[in-house]
Amino acid sequence: MDSTHIVSSFDRDLNQIQSLLLEMGGLVETQIADATLALVRRDTELAAKVRKQEKRVNALEVEINELTVSMLALRHPMAEDLRRVVATLKVSASLERMGDYAKNMAKRTSVLAKVKPVGSSTNTVKIMSKMVQEMFRDVLDAFVARDIETAEEVRLRDAQVDQMHNTLFRELLTYMMEDARKITPCMHLLFIAKNLERAGDHTANIAEQVHYLVTGEIQEDARPKSDKTATMFIKPKKKKKS
Amino acid sequence: MSFQLIERQILTSGKRQDIPEQPPVISTRDVDVYYADKKALDKITLDIPANAVMSLIGPSGCGKTTFLRCLNRMNDLIDICRVEGDIRIDGQDIYAPEVNTVSLRAHVGMVFQRPNPFPKSIFENVAYGLRIHGLTSSKSELADRVEDSLKRAGLWEEVKDRLDEPGTGLSGGQQQRLCIARTIAVQPKIILMDEPCSALDPIATAKIEELIDEMRANFTIIIVTHSMQQAARVSQHTAFFHMGKLVEQGETRQIFTSPQDERTESYITGRIG
Repeated sequence: MDSTHIVSSFDRDLNQIQSLLLEMGGLVETQIADATLALVRRDTELAAKVRKQEKRVNALEVEINELTVSMLALRHPMAEDLRRVVATLKVSASLERMGDYAKNMAKRTSVLAKVKPVGSSTNTVKIMSKMVQEMFRDVLDAFVARDIETAEEVRLRDAQVDQMHNTLFRELLTYMMEDARKITPCMHLLFIAKNLERAGDHTANIAEQVHYLVTGEIQEDARPKSDKTATMFIKPKKKKKS
Repeated sequence: MSFQLIERQILTSGKRQDIPEQPPVISTRDVDVYYADKKALDKITLDIPANAVMSLIGPSGCGKTTFLRCLNRMNDLIDICRVEGDIRIDGQDIYAPEVNTVSLRAHVGMVFQRPNPFPKSIFENVAYGLRIHGLTSSKSELADRVEDSLKRAGLWEEVKDRLDEPGTGLSGGQQQRLCIARTIAVQPKIILMDEPCSALDPIATAKIEELIDEMRANFTIIIVTHSMQQAARVSQHTAFFHMGKLVEQGETRQIFTSPQDERTESYITGRIG
């Protein structure tokens, strides 16, 4: 809805929460990209920068929370306004979590930079991260443009991230079984992959908020769950007798 | 309590507002209202379900009060007012020639914007309707009905020791509850409320809202209100009027979270349409 409110300060508040949310989204987008780059380049300085950014993301979330709560109390938003306020509140919570994941990736990168790389796993993580980053960019655009088709498409794309996570899980477990010295880097990579998988889930959550924002309906149909790592069992190969 | 009943309660308790599924108590079809040559309502077709609260919302002059006043023929009192179309209560055409407006208005009670107690005692305010309609046969029955009505209006505890004092000596909120007691004393089926809280403070308003919620078990209530929050709080159904037309009606929850019509959206979100 483009027309303006009779009380113009209401419009200012609504614009304010949207720009805060977009600033937060931009920061998290950079955080994930930089955390991945730091991992690939074994760049501890960049990793440290990612960790520092977390504070700003958290501060933005607090600011959005305060503003949305005061809007609910003082302005009693209705209809689309209400959905905007509620969706912003929920999306900001997802963004804050994603910021935490990026920070955790960066922390682990500081350790990984000190040890020998494990096979091609870092590259797989990089591809997985690229998928999440693309989904994230698309969903933020969809949020601004109120584009439910793109949002739905992003929601379904989360399955690909899950599959990638399954592959990495299997791959890293195999490395660990083969060589106990690889357990430390593999565990860190596994947690990094898990962080990305969760970031993908939050991106899908944001897509659901776009749907709510536009239609007023809460999406009830469960999105395809493709993360199989919780039930995965890989049998160790028997050692050859020498 | 039977198992089915318990199960049913569990099933329905999860819903935000339980809306009884019953045939509409009031049905209007293509209702037009004119004040002299000016058309105030245009083809209003609306079904109002029983034992629920329906709020009528819309900007000033949209016709919501005119519509409300059609439902107990209060518009008959205005010479230049002409009502066309079909309005039925329990299937009966209320504009049919044989309909007695006095008994219609006992059946369809009304509470006004400003509390308007009679210049009589608290007791007499409530007893008046019972007397003129001959609804009680003895003094003790009359006293019982007055007490019962004041209790149901949530006023009894505050006035039981001063029933002989004038009704006009009560506070605004108490006066409004006295008017509600007076209305429900004659056991109407439907209660029309025209901005019943607009002259009251927030505490008196909250008491009336609580009362409305309790009363819907026994009455069908139609309320005109300018407060969006009040409509959202007290009603299960909402109808939005704009420039004499019924633009949209539906479940209150749906109207206030995702209205279908742009005019409704503009109005409830406080935008320039």
